[in-house]
Amino acid sequence: MAGTLNITAATVDPALLDLPWHIPLGTWPSENIATLPKGISRHLVRFANMSGYVVAIKETTDEMAKGEYEMLRVLQRLEIPCVEPVAVITNRLDEDGKPLMSVLVTRHLKFSLPYRALFSQTLRPDTATRLADALAVLLVRLHIIGFFWGDVSLSNTLFRRDAGAFAAYLVDAETGKLYNGGLSNGQRENDLEIARVNIAGELMDLAAGGHVDEDLDPVETSERIVAQYRMLWRELTGSEQFATSERWRISERVNRLNALGFDIEELAIRTVESGAQVHIQPKVVDAGHHSRRLLRLTGLDAQENQARRLLNDLDSYTARYNKQDLDEEQVAHEWLARVFEPVVRAIPRDLRGKLEPAEIFHQLLEHRWYMSQQQSRDIPLAEAVTAYVNDILRHRRDEATVIGSPPTGALPAVTDTIPVTGQIPVTADEEEDWRTKV
Amino acid sequence: MASVTFDKATRLYPGSTKPAVDSIDLQVADGEFLVLVGPSGCGKSTSLRMLAGLEEVNDGNIFIGDRNVTDVPPKDRDIAMVFQNYALYPHMTVAENMGFALKIAGVNKDERAERVLEAAKLLDLEPYLSRKPKALSGGQRQRVAMGRAIVRQPQVFLMDEPLSNLDAKLRVQTRTQIASLQRRLGVTTVYVTHDQTEALTMGDRIAVLKDGVLQQVGSPRDLYEKPQNVFVAGFIGSPAMNLFSSDMADGGVKFGSSVVNLDRKFLQAAHGSKITVGVRPEDVIVSTTPGDGLEIEVDLVEELGADGYLYGHATTQGGERTDIVARVDGRLHPHAGEKVYLLPQPGHLHAFDAETGVRLNDAAAIG
Repeated sequence: MAGTLNITAATVDPALLDLPWHIPLGTWPSENIATLPKGISRHLVRFANMSGYVVAIKETTDEMAKGEYEMLRVLQRLEIPCVEPVAVITNRLDEDGKPLMSVLVTRHLKFSLPYRALFSQTLRPDTATRLADALAVLLVRLHIIGFFWGDVSLSNTLFRRDAGAFAAYLVDAETGKLYNGGLSNGQRENDLEIARVNIAGELMDLAAGGHVDEDLDPVETSERIVAQYRMLWRELTGSEQFATSERWRISERVNRLNALGFDIEELAIRTVESGAQVHIQPKVVDAGHHSRRLLRLTGLDAQENQARRLLNDLDSYTARYNKQDLDEEQVAHEWLARVFEPVVRAIPRDLRGKLEPAEIFHQLLEHRWYMSQQQSRDIPLAEAVTAYVNDILRHRRDEATVIGSPPTGALPAVTDTIPVTGQIPVTADEEEDWRTKV
Repeated sequence: MASVTFDKATRLYPGSTKPAVDSIDLQVADGEFLVLVGPSGCGKSTSLRMLAGLEEVNDGNIFIGDRNVTDVPPKDRDIAMVFQNYALYPHMTVAENMGFALKIAGVNKDERAERVLEAAKLLDLEPYLSRKPKALSGGQRQRVAMGRAIVRQPQVFLMDEPLSNLDAKLRVQTRTQIASLQRRLGVTTVYVTHDQTEALTMGDRIAVLKDGVLQQVGSPRDLYEKPQNVFVAGFIGSPAMNLFSSDMADGGVKFGSSVVNLDRKFLQAAHGSKITVGVRPEDVIVSTTPGDGLEIEVDLVEELGADGYLYGHATTQGGERTDIVARVDGRLHPHAGEKVYLLPQPGHLHAFDAETGVRLNDAAAIG
């Protein structure tokens, strides 16, 4: 029956053909299934191992699978952090020739975690706040390119550690739509309201399951995203006007945006009131100020806050060794060879799946600072690395792809109002909590 | 609950010269189920989003009840978009799943419980309120999610192609559920679909749009029996109405060598010497006697049990080929390659101005 299968993909990985497409996803044999934590989903979503990496497979309708695949490709081209679409598979038939649902295959993001995997026992208020902040950044970036999400939630987002904060990735583009002329205020407000209600709901659900800290107020946390979003939106898109003599305010605005992690690609400046006043408005802004700078200087690809952290260390390296007069690229190269790479190499091979290198470096710096505070002395890098590896890193779980033992039956997936097939996937309520397995 | 009014509402997208929604005037009565239907790009979803506050209204106004909501943010409009993005939370009970949005909105505990109970009664969920979603059947879970919208007691429900992702069987089932629930609740509902069958089976009234312009508003029967123009005639009904151009004759229009009567005043009102005539596949008389109407060459007959559909083609006076569909007896019917002759059943001819596409005769029944 595989002969009728129809695969749409930019580059077809032959390993795709080895997966048992003639079997409904819900009953795939366990050898094909990878156990990963995930959010609450309307469709049946399962993870599968495929030639060295993990893919997420979602059963849905033809139209939706194709629509979402295209949408994710567009978002990728626009450099929006989102999961990587791998393929759409349609015309699936079971062994009796009966049609099966189409699937969308996306590549699991390495080191990315669903919000439910970001805490071990209970979710603390500060973690929840950082999740809301990360989601606010993502939402602003989506709105700037004219993307209406329609289903903003923690469940539809993956998070990567980012030097003490989180970077959010869009996972579910099913309800989203790109508007070429940009979004209306109503559309933005609607997404924000959806975000607020969904986040509160998700946190209340965790609370009902006893998974949040007593101090965490779901409603308050959900309001945080609204406040953060508005602040960012204002900074990124708002116009300001000031006297011509206060032109320093232009560079101040640029600096503020840089500090928030954005670059201004285009700034509209015009003088008004016959030259007495200047009116400025950012026209094109681009996220990733620090990660772009880090990439340019060192070739390292890191999250925004990790990049900020690494750049700070680079700056202090420059200052400590009096290299301010040297070419920035040259110093960066030196720092990479003398500081960053030795640390990465010092991590035992079996511990490298714990965290991304840039995150390890960030945590190492944190740990060194902590040791210095405790012992009231400067801690040499080598000593800090040893202590960090033995005291901290070794005791973490692997986050490259968080894998536990295979579950029985369908993975946790919660239903929509309307099930896509007659059979609704089972929710994960009283089933064993996957967190106990990782 | 409230009525909804589009008062010359217009949406012009930036950079576009043609409005996506062009000066729409539409009234939805309190408690009514109105369906916006039309082909893709006709402006139906844009109209709904204007009502929801997601699209700017460039000209005209929108009212919910007596309140002008044209510039009111979406969340303050007292509307609910139904069936979008509902996930049920596994750790919360059915009651909590239904009521949590009220908690966020700051509604007090007693009122929450009361509203949840009320909705649960409507949805036959009362016995399950303290259970978790996992313990429910698929249909019950659907109703819990509906309950989430209902407890908010919005003035208006908005639904944008809520069934588009379902397989055919479930679509039919769910469409019946939605329609009957809406009638029980009596909440004004505006429903968008591209599927005319959905529109005909669900709506109290249907508004047909094309290119941002409202073509006709009426009951399913109105639209079916008296489409106001060629577009509505061709869009509503499945299989579609046969529409072709026909020469005027003295006191009627030509069907082959036959003349089908049409009141002179309608003929006089028409521009030009031709009329666009329409006959629904179910309103034809198919004869095997040569000369009894328009000659059709049979291409195929699809048997569907008691009935069948005859697919054929005619060559009209100008030498143009016109495809024709006719409902025939499922057992006794002509076969491919044969010639048959077609006339409308008395009183079932639709006549349209060939130039403007506007309906000429009062109603098909008068013919």
